[in-house]
Amino acid sequence: MLVEGIKSRPRYPGLSADSYANHHVLVADGDGAQAILDLFANSGADMKGRVTIVYAATVPNSAAFIEKLNSLPVEVVHAMPTIDTAMTRLSGVLNVARMGTRIYASGSETLIGLAVQLSQSFGMDPGAVLTEHRGTAARRVQCVHCKGFTEGVTTNVVKCAHCATNLLVRDHYSRRLAAFQGVCVDAEVAGQLPEIVEAFK
Amino acid sequence: MNQEFRKLSFRDDFTFYNSPESIRRFPFPFWEDKYMYSVNIEPHSTGPKGSVYEFPIDINEHYVSEMHDRALVLKEDPLRCQALPHMMLAQWDFLELLMTSMARDYPQWFSLTTEGDRWHWVNKPLGIDQKFTFGDPSTLPYEPMEYMGRQCQGDFSIQDQRDGQLWMDAGVITTQADWSLDFDVGMNFMEWHGPVPLAHDMKVFDRALKFLLNLQLGQPVRRLNWTMTINPRLDTSPENYNKWGKDRTTVTPENVGDKVHLRVELQALWRLPRSNAILFSIRGYLIKMRELVTVPKWGRRMHRVLGSLPQELVDYKGITRYRDTTLEWLSKYDDGQPTSPGGGPD
Repeated sequence: MLVEGIKSRPRYPGLSADSYANHHVLVADGDGAQAILDLFANSGADMKGRVTIVYAATVPNSAAFIEKLNSLPVEVVHAMPTIDTAMTRLSGVLNVARMGTRIYASGSETLIGLAVQLSQSFGMDPGAVLTEHRGTAARRVQCVHCKGFTEGVTTNVVKCAHCATNLLVRDHYSRRLAAFQGVCVDAEVAGQLPEIVEAFK
Repeated sequence: MNQEFRKLSFRDDFTFYNSPESIRRFPFPFWEDKYMYSVNIEPHSTGPKGSVYEFPIDINEHYVSEMHDRALVLKEDPLRCQALPHMMLAQWDFLELLMTSMARDYPQWFSLTTEGDRWHWVNKPLGIDQKFTFGDPSTLPYEPMEYMGRQCQGDFSIQDQRDGQLWMDAGVITTQADWSLDFDVGMNFMEWHGPVPLAHDMKVFDRALKFLLNLQLGQPVRRLNWTMTINPRLDTSPENYNKWGKDRTTVTPENVGDKVHLRVELQALWRLPRSNAILFSIRGYLIKMRELVTVPKWGRRMHRVLGSLPQELVDYKGITRYRDTTLEWLSKYDDGQPTSPGGGPD
């Protein structure tokens, strides 16, 4: 079974200012704040119009990031405690968004994936979200057997948080589910596991 | 009518087998003594009488058994049949294609009479007599794709075409070779083929996609694909891999002939008229090694293909654990004689 090098694995080209947008919605978690700070440092002049930031404070130095984000020329910074609450807030922001809104997502793959998924539910093309991966490579994994999601996975094999199956984490990625695929790793010989390594730090 | 269809099982006691006629018409996929990927697409035109290509939709002796197995899968896992909301028009296209083909080519089993949008469908083998309004889903017991998916052999996916891409936005998939519709639904052509090794670097998918985007109405195309399966199990889904995976460790020199199956997919692609979507049908055929070697050419060639298969493909197709045992068994049927070109029996 092919595990790595799978073409459905998303690529994150990096944030760049959309000078045609009149409302910029930037969502980030953890170290993703630095991508926003870098964007403004490099091309702040192109960020014309309204700017809304939704930030999930998921790393120890998030407080310092929030302070720096607040010093940017933006309309509002929504500082939220978790990715879940940030998504709820992003949903509220997009609910009243108008034509000309551009979405930017930076930080963990989980944050980016969920932001793209949410944008799609508002009718946006997934390719229209600008993305930049920063910080943890931890993955959101869906168990193909019970369909439960296991969050923050950093190892190549993980026990499903729902059905306790030992899952091999593949590069196969579903945008619709915002998750990587996890498949029973010891189905052929129960208990026969490969070496477990920190694959996604 | 029903006596033409034996009731055999694809699970538990695995009573499935092929009649001698069914063996002769098996779509053996290897036209030479080795295998590698190619864009092996040809027109899905009608073939010789009695062959699997005689009609666009092939209904064979396993029809009733396969439909029974599909009903069991869908009862346990409704996610095996999904359609995104914008696919309803394509679902009706799909229903029309199947009903008209089946009624035209197998009038002894199926009939369709239409008067405007009032349709009357009769399926004698499954005991179905249905009057409904074409275009009105509320007049059928299931949505159109599921309704006909439950009445036609083969898996089906329907691809929406937009932005120069094909998007797998609907499907009824219960006999798949280890891929998940639930995970892949909504993906584009490159994404759902992501896990296939080697072929991306060979640009196989780039060329295939370019070809398919230009597929014309009334000019369906087809190709053969293959893998191997332990036991005649139709439902080799990733969802149930934790149940069937251990089958791969049960192959012994004594049971190769009955346990190891070549699984061939006759894949066809049709442009659909109203939705401009593309229907992808994956019609699977299983044959036991013991049945396969009754055609001497196939026994020789199977041995040679399996022996020279690149390791990446051995792993991808899940053959690794039982390849050597199977090769050893097949070697008894390979006398080193040359084989004739093409896949058909001598």
